[in-house]
Amino acid sequence: MSTSTLSTARPRAAVLRTEVRLFRREPGGIFWILMFPTLLLVILGSIPAFRESDKSLGGLRLVDLYVPVVVLVAMITAGVQSMPQALTGYRERGILRRMSTTPVRPSSLLSAQMLVHGLAVLVSTLLALAVGRLVFDVRLPEQLAGYVLALVLAVLAAIALGSVVSAVSRTTKIAGAIGSAVYFPMMFCAGVWLPVQSMPHTLARVVELTPFGAAARALGQAASGDWPGWGHLGVLAAWTVLLSALAARWFRWE
Amino acid sequence: MCRTGSGRDPRAMTTHPVIEVSGPRKSYGGRAVVDGVTFAVEEGEIFGILGPNGAGKTTTVECVEGLRTPDEGRVRVAGLDPVADHEQVSRVLGAQLQQSELQAKITVREALELYASFYPHPADWRPLAEHLDITGQLTARFGKLSGGQKQRLFIALALIGNPRVVVLDELTTGLDPRARRDTWRLIEDVRGNGVTVLLVTHFMEEAQRLCDRIAVIDKGRIAALDTPAGLIRRASGSTVISFTPSAPLDEDELQALPALASVAHKDGRITLAGTDETVNAVISLLARQHITAHQLRVTDATLDDAFLDLTEASA
Repeated sequence: MSTSTLSTARPRAAVLRTEVRLFRREPGGIFWILMFPTLLLVILGSIPAFRESDKSLGGLRLVDLYVPVVVLVAMITAGVQSMPQALTGYRERGILRRMSTTPVRPSSLLSAQMLVHGLAVLVSTLLALAVGRLVFDVRLPEQLAGYVLALVLAVLAAIALGSVVSAVSRTTKIAGAIGSAVYFPMMFCAGVWLPVQSMPHTLARVVELTPFGAAARALGQAASGDWPGWGHLGVLAAWTVLLSALAARWFRWE
Repeated sequence: MCRTGSGRDPRAMTTHPVIEVSGPRKSYGGRAVVDGVTFAVEEGEIFGILGPNGAGKTTTVECVEGLRTPDEGRVRVAGLDPVADHEQVSRVLGAQLQQSELQAKITVREALELYASFYPHPADWRPLAEHLDITGQLTARFGKLSGGQKQRLFIALALIGNPRVVVLDELTTGLDPRARRDTWRLIEDVRGNGVTVLLVTHFMEEAQRLCDRIAVIDKGRIAALDTPAGLIRRASGSTVISFTPSAPLDEDELQALPALASVAHKDGRITLAGTDETVNAVISLLARQHITAHQLRVTDATLDDAFLDLTEASA
């Protein structure tokens, strides 16, 4: 119904505007999602060894590999740490219920939160790319279309994973605990301690089957000018579909 | 049933009750929380739902708000099904929920503007905020408001869509006596503007002062439905007589008083509950025995007494 679509477009936009405004009032979210990834890049990049080209990495420097990695740090932080806190908090504190009594569905609050976190990750990505380019002379993604595609798929996977965390957590406390338990393995897979490209062969093959291992490979390939491997993109898409289905199945409104 | 066509203004149907609840049942884990509660609320009424904790009050109004689907039975708001026609019902029904909050960092003004954007013909939030005395808090964040300010904001949000009906669930719980009285005045103003009020409470004084009619709910069923005065009359022992006799009275003669509901002795003082008939009989008994009744008091029972009597009777 076109009239119904029209009548819900305005409130949905208002909900999104409010959630963007509220996100900007959260210093924790701003620091950990927007600032920290680039800060990590600056710290690692200031180690001289990170700026020496390495033959085993095809002449790339470690700092080149770390730009996609810190982008993934932003994504994982937004998806499994920040967003589940907001969503379970909204449920726990009756905010979703309150909205259920209005003509606007509470799902618009959930989708606004997902969009806000997705947007925050994009801003964080631009910041990391800009600082990498200006401070460490890291080349901008050479296969731009492939990079954007991999980035979007990875953000969707992170949001889907965060939705599962929100769905299985009855309270914000549980969401915090599960979020942290998921956070560190995901950070490892993304290559925060050791980039996937430098992992031993067998470990790398396994890590590439996880959402952020696949994302790290896809972003790395696109950054150095290749089209990201369809296998990696496929792994990301499959995780997104699976996790979204689980989140939709397990999510409780109360 | 009466479903309004999309082009018809539901306000035109004044002959039907604005809220009809006929026998919804709702069970959780085999235990019936609401079991066949039936009542109808007329346009412009303040209708109270009173009952002990866990009686099924909130579940009943959640069926009216469309937050729960009854297992069986029928609920209509302005002739519409609150679950199936949720969007239309939510435009004519404003709700204040027990235990719900807003985002901690949203300001009062932002909340009012946001909720106003949800409705096709919202009220202007400025006079509403003024009326509810929250203009001083417009830039304050929700998390920093006092309990009374939060409640006033929730009343404003319940009214912002220009509803025909507002449902207020335990609105004054946790407020200090002054804030509670201020809130009562607001509820009377709301009704003064033609809005029907469905009020859930466990404060007798609140129900007695505000409500035109009250449904007393106990264990998921209606124990009584009447005006506050009617409920008091209906309870056995609606009149209370107390006095300190100058000489002991014979217990058998006391027990034989007509329409007596209860007798209590404390520190030489006798308290009898009954009706006007009991009053007359006790006065003639005292006269016959030449006993003087010191500090004789005859008072009407309160809704409190009636409530206890009604909910005990169904136990």
